[in-house]
Amino acid sequence: MHKLWASTYKEMLLLVRDLGGIAILFIMPVLLLIVITLVQDSTFKTISDIKIPVLLVDNDNGEVSKNIIENLAESNSFEIIQKSSEEEAKEAVFSGKYQLAIVIPENLSASLQKKVDQNVEGILSKFGLEEDTLNITKEVISQKEVRLYFDPATQVSFKSSVKNGIEKMISKIETQSIYKTFQTELDEEDSEPIFDTENFIAFKEILPTKNNEEIIPNSAQHNVPAWTLFAIFFIIVPLSINLVKEKNQGTFVRLRTNPVSYATVLGGKTIVYLGVCLIQFTLMLLVGIYLFPAIGLPGVDVSGKLPMLYIVALFSGLAAIGLGLLMGTIAKTQEQAAPFGATSVVILAALGGVWVPVFVMPKFMQLVSKISPMNWGLEAFYDVFLRNVGFAKILPEISLLLLFFLTTIIIAIIYNRKKNAV
Amino acid sequence: MIEINQLSKKYKGAEFFSVKDLNLKVEDGEIYGLLGPNGAGKTTLISMLTSLLKPTSGSFTINGLNFKENKNQLKQLIGIVPQEYALYPTLTAYENLQYFGSMYGIKGEILKKSINEHLEVMGLSKFAHKKIDTFSGGMKRRINLIAGILHQPKVLFLDEPTVGVDVQSKNVIIDYLKLLNTQGTTIVYTSHHLNEAEFFCTHVAIIDNGEIIVKGIPSELIKNQAGAHNLEDVFLAQTGKALRDHA
Repeated sequence: MHKLWASTYKEMLLLVRDLGGIAILFIMPVLLLIVITLVQDSTFKTISDIKIPVLLVDNDNGEVSKNIIENLAESNSFEIIQKSSEEEAKEAVFSGKYQLAIVIPENLSASLQKKVDQNVEGILSKFGLEEDTLNITKEVISQKEVRLYFDPATQVSFKSSVKNGIEKMISKIETQSIYKTFQTELDEEDSEPIFDTENFIAFKEILPTKNNEEIIPNSAQHNVPAWTLFAIFFIIVPLSINLVKEKNQGTFVRLRTNPVSYATVLGGKTIVYLGVCLIQFTLMLLVGIYLFPAIGLPGVDVSGKLPMLYIVALFSGLAAIGLGLLMGTIAKTQEQAAPFGATSVVILAALGGVWVPVFVMPKFMQLVSKISPMNWGLEAFYDVFLRNVGFAKILPEISLLLLFFLTTIIIAIIYNRKKNAV
Repeated sequence: MIEINQLSKKYKGAEFFSVKDLNLKVEDGEIYGLLGPNGAGKTTLISMLTSLLKPTSGSFTINGLNFKENKNQLKQLIGIVPQEYALYPTLTAYENLQYFGSMYGIKGEILKKSINEHLEVMGLSKFAHKKIDTFSGGMKRRINLIAGILHQPKVLFLDEPTVGVDVQSKNVIIDYLKLLNTQGTTIVYTSHHLNEAEFFCTHVAIIDNGEIIVKGIPSELIKNQAGAHNLEDVFLAQTGKALRDHA
């Protein structure tokens, strides 16, 4: 125990003597969290609050195009800029000046009306309500296409949401035309509509509740756990470098001749760096709670969750430390340890769902993500932060994190023993 | 007592043995110098005797103990002063010694007293709370030595303990090692300084190409070597004048 305490004290001294290192350990993760949240929050605002300029070429000049323009304007997401030539709009978008151009084809309104008329008359004749349809030869109306041009640099998710929105809008216009035609054919007065054109089926998102209050997730509650975890795992880099330094400066050689176990040496490092992880976590929580609202970002709600959050942070920290100690044990030079450690963290983060949610990954990657300790940590954080679960629910995840720590430490000890066997 | 039997070491991929079938006996209380040109196998031999390197074949015991069966007991018994400064540069001299002393299980007032006494003898008391990275080479060597002897080892291994230090530091180190020896510590050390070895060691072994060429009491070796006036003459006569560059 005395040796473990001495090792811990030495590690603490080494850490506090390296002021630059401390600054990097504590300031950089906080900076990372602030920047990422600001970027993501502003992206969100770009979609909801700020209007995206959209080029529109109206070759129809009819009822349908008027409807499309009105709907786009009402959505509050777009600023319509009318262009007369499709070529001009295409060039402006493909050169990156605009993100989107919509080209409405010629005679769209007339063609749509003709098509609807044909269909409605066909239906009515089946019911015997139309007398002279049997003698009418059906005119072939070719399909019309509304063309969309996207800036090649536009993200797929943005493209999908715009496409879906326009598709929904056109579908609604088509439906309204059908209802209107039916009404006309049935000789009903426009002032007394017999069809309700509003959507019958509506959506309502049911949110988790706590004390009868809905827990509304915000960007901060997604970002704080994800990027805190990312920062905690970055402890791998300084920790593995710390071990390699010991080997290079000869102190590890001396320790090997001392009657002290490798587990004790690693134990001292584990305790100190676990403290670092928890301080990092505290700082990031403080930023989420106090700084975010002060700079106009949504704040983090931790009420009643703190003990559970610290449990998850503690076990995530252990998993990260275990991996750092294993890497430091195997690496021979700092040039090996630093890039390998940093790249591993990025890979684990990608696999763990820090950047892209796991459910949108391909099936194979979803399976691979299950073996990322960052995924276990992130799920546990989301369980506490967003799903408002009890301790029993996070037990499997923190058990996996603990198991990962023990496994990496045991491998490190066995590797060291084999390498230095006498 | 150290008893070495047929001890050999061949590094992975190496063409030759670094230490080959070496037999040596070091009695209690001796100061045994292992001398030899660069690459002769001195550091390899010391590394094996201090558990830093696994022998390819052969065996050795120190006070009847071996590392396979009595690892921790043996580690407590021996002290090692490696050739490089095995110290934490950003810790003070006192903090370094406190840490390495603790690794031998020394604690509290005993550790504090031992550190202060050693710093005093080595003339470093007033630098106790200065960081190692501000020390000169000679000062680092002295701290390096203290870190290996705080637990009062019965057998002390030193690998080039005076390399790269000024005359004053060297004298302090040698004088203190002599004092330790008179208090019962057996010393095994490697050196390139043949003058130093001649007057410091009770026994020497000249090693070349991993084998002991000649061993004995320095004065007798000089007497038995025709035309030799000192240990350097014996050394050159036994090992030749060819350069020993290795890569």
